Amino acid sequence: MNALLFYSTLCIYFIATVTYMVYLVKPREILGRAAHWLIAGGFLVHCAFTVTRYFEAGHTPITNLHESLSFFSLTVIGVFIAFERKYHVFILGSFVTPLALILMLASSLYPSAIPELPPALMSKWLFVHSTLAFISYASFAVAFGAAIMYLIQERFLKKKRLGPLYQKLPSLDILDEINYRCLTLGFPLLTVAIITGAIWAETAWGTYWSWDPKETWSLITWFIYAALLHGRLTTGWRGKRAALFSIVGFFVLLFTFLGVNLLPSESMHSYQRLLGGKN
Amino acid sequence: MNIVVVGLSHKTASVEIREKVAFAPNQMEKPLRELVALPDINEGVIVSTCNRVEIYASSHDVAGGMARLKRFLADYHHISLETLEPHLYSYHGEAAIHHLFRVASSLDSMVVGEPQILGQIKTAYGYAAEYKASGIILNRFLHKAFSVAKRVRTETRIASSAVSVSFAAVELAKKIFSDLTDKTVMLIGAGEMCELAAKHFLSSGVRGVMVTNRTYERAVRLAEEFDGNAVRFEDLFDQLHKADIILSSTGATHFIIGARDVEAVIRQRKQKPMFFIDIAVPRDIDPKVNDVANVYLYDMDDLQGVVASNLQLRAEEAKKAEGIIDQEIGRFFNWLSLLEVTPTIVALRSRFEEVRQAELAKTLAGWKDLPSDGQKRLEALTSAITNKLLHPPTSLLKRTGQGGRTDLYVDALRQLFELESGEPAEEELEELEE
Repeated sequence: MNALLFYSTLCIYFIATVTYMVYLVKPREILGRAAHWLIAGGFLVHCAFTVTRYFEAGHTPITNLHESLSFFSLTVIGVFIAFERKYHVFILGSFVTPLALILMLASSLYPSAIPELPPALMSKWLFVHSTLAFISYASFAVAFGAAIMYLIQERFLKKKRLGPLYQKLPSLDILDEINYRCLTLGFPLLTVAIITGAIWAETAWGTYWSWDPKETWSLITWFIYAALLHGRLTTGWRGKRAALFSIVGFFVLLFTFLGVNLLPSESMHSYQRLLGGKN
Repeated sequence: MNIVVVGLSHKTASVEIREKVAFAPNQMEKPLRELVALPDINEGVIVSTCNRVEIYASSHDVAGGMARLKRFLADYHHISLETLEPHLYSYHGEAAIHHLFRVASSLDSMVVGEPQILGQIKTAYGYAAEYKASGIILNRFLHKAFSVAKRVRTETRIASSAVSVSFAAVELAKKIFSDLTDKTVMLIGAGEMCELAAKHFLSSGVRGVMVTNRTYERAVRLAEEFDGNAVRFEDLFDQLHKADIILSSTGATHFIIGARDVEAVIRQRKQKPMFFIDIAVPRDIDPKVNDVANVYLYDMDDLQGVVASNLQLRAEEAKKAEGIIDQEIGRFFNWLSLLEVTPTIVALRSRFEEVRQAELAKTLAGWKDLPSDGQKRLEALTSAITNKLLHPPTSLLKRTGQGGRTDLYVDALRQLFELESGEPAEEELEELEE
């Protein structure tokens, strides 16, 4: 049942992503609409998967790489759908859904067995801390997609090459606004996620902050987005600079999420690696 | 029944000729009534725009019908047919269908893809429908043309981009700012092009206009025209930060705005984007301005480059549109051909049925020891015979409908089987939907 839901999601995301890709090159509005409904349908199936998994495991399904990649993908699609609906830019999907699809594909490569949870993780904080972190990651992922679109569109306008893709992409103003909105959603969530993480660490390990690699990198990510938000609000960082910043920020974030597990050092956060991965 | 068209357009006639044969838009009743009163002409629609005058009609006699239409066009406008004839084109059948589909889809327009023509044809058809000049064939023909035009518009990018310099500027602005309603345009200098672009920006909803000129009085005058504010030329750099879109066309022989000036202004604006449009030749704005972050500069050559590539795009899209039209012609032509053969098929079938019923009645009347299921069996037998016999000619007629030798078969069948000739009933035609 669970595997069926998982592979249905993967399958629908695949079809939706292909539709978004075709929409990128074909001037048919109907394709965008179709892709939008496909991805929304896929999202519902994905939610169903996550919920059944929650009940099967008895905790939020983010305790190994299989689960957390899938959960990341779920939040990316959720945040993306919200932005697509608000700004009516189907083409955003052509830049965001591939990421969600890759996350799902990566997830499918990891063993899906439900891990035995170490006592340190058995806490309601698991749900609060991780969900907040993932929604903030997802907002930054959408910001990343919008930033790439911004850079492409900005290049077209500066170089005065106004091809079919130029026609298709929304205005710089909209792209910059999406980027900003994602930041104002993602940054507070990341902040709260770090704080709840510290509180949880105190209850579980007896210390708020232990300069564990995951914690250090989260802090670096936080500083990057804090600098971007500060720049935006005070000196009017926007456009290309903001776009480049969100791209860099997102790569650091990906490293925080995945790379820390690959470091040879002992990370308290990666002791789940024994189980096959880390959130 | 055939569709014919006679007309002239910007491609075949100069404006001197076109204006002579144009029909006044709100006086269409008289020409339409006269048109359908002509012998050989069953229905008519008159399309008259500044670029074309065309008469579409349905007629039994192609050659006669076209001659009537030409004569009508000349006589109605009191010009000799000899002067008019060289400018006229005429099509019938498939070519006429092809022509209207192309015209409605704006493929035959002076600026390919311009959107007005479809509305003009709709109006023309509205008059024809109002004065009952159009009937079953032209109604369907025109509606088909509208749907083809719609298909072309949604499935190709034929009308998606600006083909004039000033519209191109507005479109660019929309790709930078998206919403123009809270934006301010500044005009530096004056000039026809500049004012035209300013008008396009105003009709796209920009909030305000500022005008500056070396001669302050001229700035004031122009500002009044646009309901905006005049700015003294010396104050240009103090005021520049208020403008989002700058249109420049002064007669200056050197750059009046440099990259450094713009860098200062953009900082003052907290990096809010600016769009400079330099229409002046020689240029007013240093091209290095384009390298400043969040600033976009387009000069006359750039805009013309945009227009040229848009025109090229339209030409490419026009090819796709021709493909769509070719498909649709096939469908409509099938309908039209079936329209012609259907009455004959119906008549042939009822003739066979008549004979069958009559002979069956005769046989049954004199048959005393008929078994209980005999009548049923006889019915089945005779129906099978007539149906088997009718099948080949019916399907042949439907097939030839698409080819052309329909008249020949229709005539032959009518004579061979002594079918009544006559117009098909309206309801019968309505049933012929594809």
